[in-house]
Amino acid sequence: MKKLLLGNEAVARGLYESGCTIVSSYPGTPSTEITEFVAEYDEVYAEWAPNEKVAVEVAIGASIGGARAFAAMKHVGLNVAADPLFTASYTGVNGGLVIAVADDPGMHSSQNEQDSRNHAISSKLPMVEPSDSSECKEFVKIAYELSEKYDTPVLLRLTTRVAHSQSLTELCDRTEVGVKPYEKNPKKYVMVPANAIGRHTVVEARTKSLIEYAETSPINTVEDNGTEIGVIAAGCCYEYAKEAFGNKASYLKLGMVNPLPKKLIADFCAKYSKVYVIEELDPVIENHCRVMGLNVIGKEVFPMEGEINAAMIKEKVLGVKAEVKALDEPIPVRPPVMCPGCPHRGVFYVLKKLGVTVNGDIGCYTLGSAAPLNAMDATVCMGYSVSGIHGFTKASAANGKSVAVIGDSTFIHSGITGLINIAYNKSNSVVIVLDNSITGMTGHQQNPTTGVTLKGDMTTSVNLEALCKAVGINRIIEVDPHDIEKVEAAVKESLAAEEPTVIIARRPCIMIKKAVIKKPLIVDQDKCKSCKACMKIGCPAISVRKDTKKARIDDTLCVGCELCVKMCKFDAIKIND
Amino acid sequence: MSGNIMIVGVGGQGTLLASRLLGAVLPGMGYDVKISEVHGMSQRGGSVVTYVRYGEKVSSPIIDKGEADFILAFEQLEAARYISYLKPNGKIIMNTQKIDPMPVITGAMDYPENIPEKIKALGIDIIPVDALSMAEESGSAKAVNVVLLGVISKFLGIDTEHFEKAIENTVKPKFIEINKKAYRKGLEYNI
Repeated sequence: MKKLLLGNEAVARGLYESGCTIVSSYPGTPSTEITEFVAEYDEVYAEWAPNEKVAVEVAIGASIGGARAFAAMKHVGLNVAADPLFTASYTGVNGGLVIAVADDPGMHSSQNEQDSRNHAISSKLPMVEPSDSSECKEFVKIAYELSEKYDTPVLLRLTTRVAHSQSLTELCDRTEVGVKPYEKNPKKYVMVPANAIGRHTVVEARTKSLIEYAETSPINTVEDNGTEIGVIAAGCCYEYAKEAFGNKASYLKLGMVNPLPKKLIADFCAKYSKVYVIEELDPVIENHCRVMGLNVIGKEVFPMEGEINAAMIKEKVLGVKAEVKALDEPIPVRPPVMCPGCPHRGVFYVLKKLGVTVNGDIGCYTLGSAAPLNAMDATVCMGYSVSGIHGFTKASAANGKSVAVIGDSTFIHSGITGLINIAYNKSNSVVIVLDNSITGMTGHQQNPTTGVTLKGDMTTSVNLEALCKAVGINRIIEVDPHDIEKVEAAVKESLAAEEPTVIIARRPCIMIKKAVIKKPLIVDQDKCKSCKACMKIGCPAISVRKDTKKARIDDTLCVGCELCVKMCKFDAIKIND
Repeated sequence: MSGNIMIVGVGGQGTLLASRLLGAVLPGMGYDVKISEVHGMSQRGGSVVTYVRYGEKVSSPIIDKGEADFILAFEQLEAARYISYLKPNGKIIMNTQKIDPMPVITGAMDYPENIPEKIKALGIDIIPVDALSMAEESGSAKAVNVVLLGVISKFLGIDTEHFEKAIENTVKPKFIEINKKAYRKGLEYNI
């Protein structure tokens, strides 16, 4: 039976069909749904780990223990997991080990657009890259076979368009592979120098064998259409090229993007008068060709940044451009915003009002950087805010007014280590943990602070106050972020204090069950003085009427959080009875 | 036959359910289908786009500029934003609802006026539909997506029974009747 599956759902199906039994991941767009879908299979144990490093280590442990194991993450998550990854390349596996990494060319929801194929090259791990959902499923199976045959973790690379596109996929039954027996083997698994030296030799030999495999691998395929133009591509770029050229080009489709074959590519290039390497982000395949002295066309035509599409290929190669129509006036952009009723809004309103420097982090609250709040000064990576504020205040003590803001899940992910640094090194920093009881931006996943597992079971939850206290923070203040007077007082007192403070701003995300949704509010048009004070909080439900210049509230958006009521000095905003 | 449908709207308007319903119907009509959507940031009230492509064999999961047969717009400004994706003889089916984006809310920009008329003046076939009122009459403002699918169904030759089956298999039981009602309203809409 063929079913329309999201690429990520197809990866999950591939895990199920391959007999995978252990999955540990940290959510990150565009990889998140793999783990959510696989958690629906009773045969597979699946969990959210506190971060990607932990997830990969869990998967390595499960593999050494004999199970087919898996971890998924977004591209920047692989940086966090790079430490175990590089050495797991040396230890190899017992049960098959597959690690999915989802790149985000075009940065639909990421802070950079790094190309994870570089991680595969530097960690010396094989990497496969599917181009649609059907391949997502099949390549997981092939990845497990390669993993066990060549004694190596295997990387599965996705990009946003593959992870988040649906295409028809044939469903098959699960093959139970069981758990292999574990045998003590320190030379393979204990990576002290004496053993690791031996393992590095194994890794280099393995790469040679994998190159040989790549020459004849069934996932590296040639489609010869007797044309002038040859195209070398992998993943979604292959689909774009097919869309652009159809059978007017010949194709070398690389399902395996590391290591790359040599003879297969050289033979392909010899057959066509012009060979284009079409790849998003870095010129990985192109450079491989150039090292071999092959004359290919790549980044001199196609961009290093953003996504490629069929129209771009048609334009750059064939010189064909579609005629398009457009309105002759500027169309206002519609960037993502904090939801009406979002608990983060109150905190950012206060931070803007106080004019403090805000070291931000990764999550919904990064939207605090947008107008009209504009309350963020720096955002780098998961956990940066807590470590960064310490460096920032050390560098500019005269500034004196800076805070870090970080969500509950991000704090557990890698904020806590920065906080230990603050306590240990006697930093006088103010850290605001925005505890909204969920991992919001990636679509509401549970995390160690929520008391619920991925599978929906009740579990213990991290007590943030006790955790902060245990690492040496003595000033800990809990506030409701919608109680803006208290938030303001807490921030002011903490900035004046002689010791570090953690302010826990606690209120559930408005999108989750725990949140209280009330009746929409209305603006009393007689009382409204058009002062626009209510507009300062950047709530998408509030706007100003063009005709009367008075505020109005969109009752389809308002959730009755009453933050705007606190802004209005004229009592014009009230509950609609 | 093949087709490219772009579904555009504002995060939270139910565009993903619309593409899911089309995805439940089109393969049964014998088509290869690809649907591409972007999750994450776009859900937070931002501009959202879903591409639905069907035909004998579909390669690219996305629709390029000048390639859409239909744009199913859930909001006026979003229709205006994506008209460059329309084929020369493509159609826009547009919910007449307006939702102010942040630059308009903050007063930095104005919401463009008379969008349907301006689109029509470009020689584009546009069908404005007050889908919000029709959805409310059906029992839920959230059924805007299904009203619009009702309107586009006649152009795609979708069988009503087949679509209603998809509703039954896709939405929660308590919303099935509302959605069927909304779908019929869209189908009966007099263009």
